[in-house]
Amino acid sequence: MNKPPVEQLSRTQRVELYHSMKLNRMVEERLTKLYRQGKVVGGLYRSLGQEACTVGAAYALERGDIFAPMIRNLGALFVRGGKPRDVLAQYMAKAAGPTRGRDLNVHYGWLSEEGSMPSLISMLGDMVSILTGAVLAERMKGRRTVALNWIGDGGTSTGAFHEGLNLACVQKAPLVLIVENNKYAYSTPTARQTANTRFVDRAVAYGCFGEQVDGNDVLAVYEVTRRAIARARNGEGPTLIEADTMRMRGHAEHDDMKYVPRELLEEWARKDPIERYERYLIESGVAAQSDLDAIGAMINRQLEAEVAFAEQSPPPAPESGMSDVYADHPIQPPTPPLVVEWEARRGRR
Amino acid sequence: MAILTYLEAIRLAMLEEMEKDERVFVLGEDVGAYGGAFRVTAGFLEKFGETRVIDTPISESAIVGAAIGAALMGMRPIAEMQFIDFIALAFNQLVNYAAKSRYRWGGGVPIVVRGPAGGGVRGGPFHSQNPEAYFMNVPGLKIVAPATPLDAKGLMTAAIRDPDPVIYLEHKFLYRRIKQEVPDGEVVTPLGKARLAREGRHLSIVTYAAMLHVALDAAQKAAADGIEVEVLDLRTLLPLDEEAILATAAKTGKVIVLHEATRTGGPGGEIAALIAERAFESLDAPIVRMAPPDTPVPYAPSLEDFFLPNAEKVGKAIRALYEY
Repeated sequence: MNKPPVEQLSRTQRVELYHSMKLNRMVEERLTKLYRQGKVVGGLYRSLGQEACTVGAAYALERGDIFAPMIRNLGALFVRGGKPRDVLAQYMAKAAGPTRGRDLNVHYGWLSEEGSMPSLISMLGDMVSILTGAVLAERMKGRRTVALNWIGDGGTSTGAFHEGLNLACVQKAPLVLIVENNKYAYSTPTARQTANTRFVDRAVAYGCFGEQVDGNDVLAVYEVTRRAIARARNGEGPTLIEADTMRMRGHAEHDDMKYVPRELLEEWARKDPIERYERYLIESGVAAQSDLDAIGAMINRQLEAEVAFAEQSPPPAPESGMSDVYADHPIQPPTPPLVVEWEARRGRR
Repeated sequence: MAILTYLEAIRLAMLEEMEKDERVFVLGEDVGAYGGAFRVTAGFLEKFGETRVIDTPISESAIVGAAIGAALMGMRPIAEMQFIDFIALAFNQLVNYAAKSRYRWGGGVPIVVRGPAGGGVRGGPFHSQNPEAYFMNVPGLKIVAPATPLDAKGLMTAAIRDPDPVIYLEHKFLYRRIKQEVPDGEVVTPLGKARLAREGRHLSIVTYAAMLHVALDAAQKAAADGIEVEVLDLRTLLPLDEEAILATAAKTGKVIVLHEATRTGGPGGEIAALIAERAFESLDAPIVRMAPPDTPVPYAPSLEDFFLPNAEKVGKAIRALYEY
């Protein structure tokens, strides 16, 4: 079963899209405060300005579909049932976080019949073949599960991206790959990643469907992803979607991004995906400003509780990191065993 | 009982597990229509079909990546590296995904990555390597290196059933050179357990894979001179069977660690350190590492024969250590 074409989205569904984008942004605004208070242990990676190509795409998935976000696809977690408290606890390295302090930010995952999220890793491109294998496994089981993966403009330069997409296309795997062209990979502009910055051209090279979309238009992203998912589920193979968007903050919050021309940021600030969708919702009569304000207030109240939960969680116990390297045996703590033995023998010498 | 070559034992273990468990499947380069470069999966495509015997592009990273993804979804993939030297191309998937996944977020990755390792077949620098040491420093992986047909079958079965990622090193020199009676049906050799291949009291050789046969050969020759050499076949390199290593070191007090991976940073250093830490007071002589010199594996027979340990070189070390 697939999601309806965009024109058939109900009022409730259109509002849900807004809610998820707003939640995405507001969680990050909370995180920014926590970061400035020194409560975020590591870096903070914002998705400001990219909420539409995350939320619109994730919303097109069905129950049971698999997805792997990147760090700037925070909103996808919330669309697919993730909780803000989990992300907050991850950033603050708390025991209550899904990885119990072992890994950071959105570096976690889950496996469920509702729809698995195999955890991403930092090395971009690897998830393409991992998701391909995941849906090949589903196909072996006779299921028509689809996988959705995001990659950045920079990630397309990796060998893993090539190998993964090539394998997916050869196998006609039900994979939808969104190339989120946000113009910069850390400080490197797209023109320094590739001589052909039309990422959709890659689709021709690999022999899959290719689409371009305005990545700051949540409904357009939804529709193009929905079509790609329907094709994939129908056995027609992968689609590469190039989403045009802009990273509005630095690589992480420490990065002042002096390397980005001011005019470019001003241009894209006018195309902010949330403000733009708010105008659409109001002008099309889907929601009134008061409705949107109420959603913001509701999220705010929810996040008060979520932040409190995460802040109150203790750090993980130091020894708790010794388990789960292997399923069948724990790792010995780092105390040299000799020292223990010597201490035990001391009395006898 | 059937007399099986090392290669047949590997093949049979995979075949039987695929028959028993539909979650098990194989993928790799030329594994299907061709049956694998060494014919380890010959006949699999005909028997199991292309859904479970997947010929892939030349893409080791994607082969291991796809295996990881399938494993997360409940399958038991066996990924073939056409030569184990090519595992370097899948290093990131193994080291950064497969090995860390369970620890990070609970996603267990029950995959087997197998392929022909080792020299002595004039394969040159890229078809002869022994990559075990690269991976011994990676918590979360398991590494096995069988030396006999019986263990080849038993360790493969155990590796497929193991809940964590296992690198299964097949020594290609042994593929068709050794035969052994192997019981019909299920043979399971537990991972992490070494085997005492020969008992002795004067000194110990700790080894694995093809070097086991070099050690046994040398031990037999030494016996003619009255030197009784104990030989421990590690079978698994990660996790190491520390108790078995310490037991033989404590018993004989003199240890040669013999392997085909090059010397510096090789498994021998770890084994020697373990013995030095935990069996220091039992030692009667320095621990001897016997390994190839720190060069790539050369092609010319004269060069490779100089490079590889053999029974004659080991015999000299046995004599010297015995007389120490």
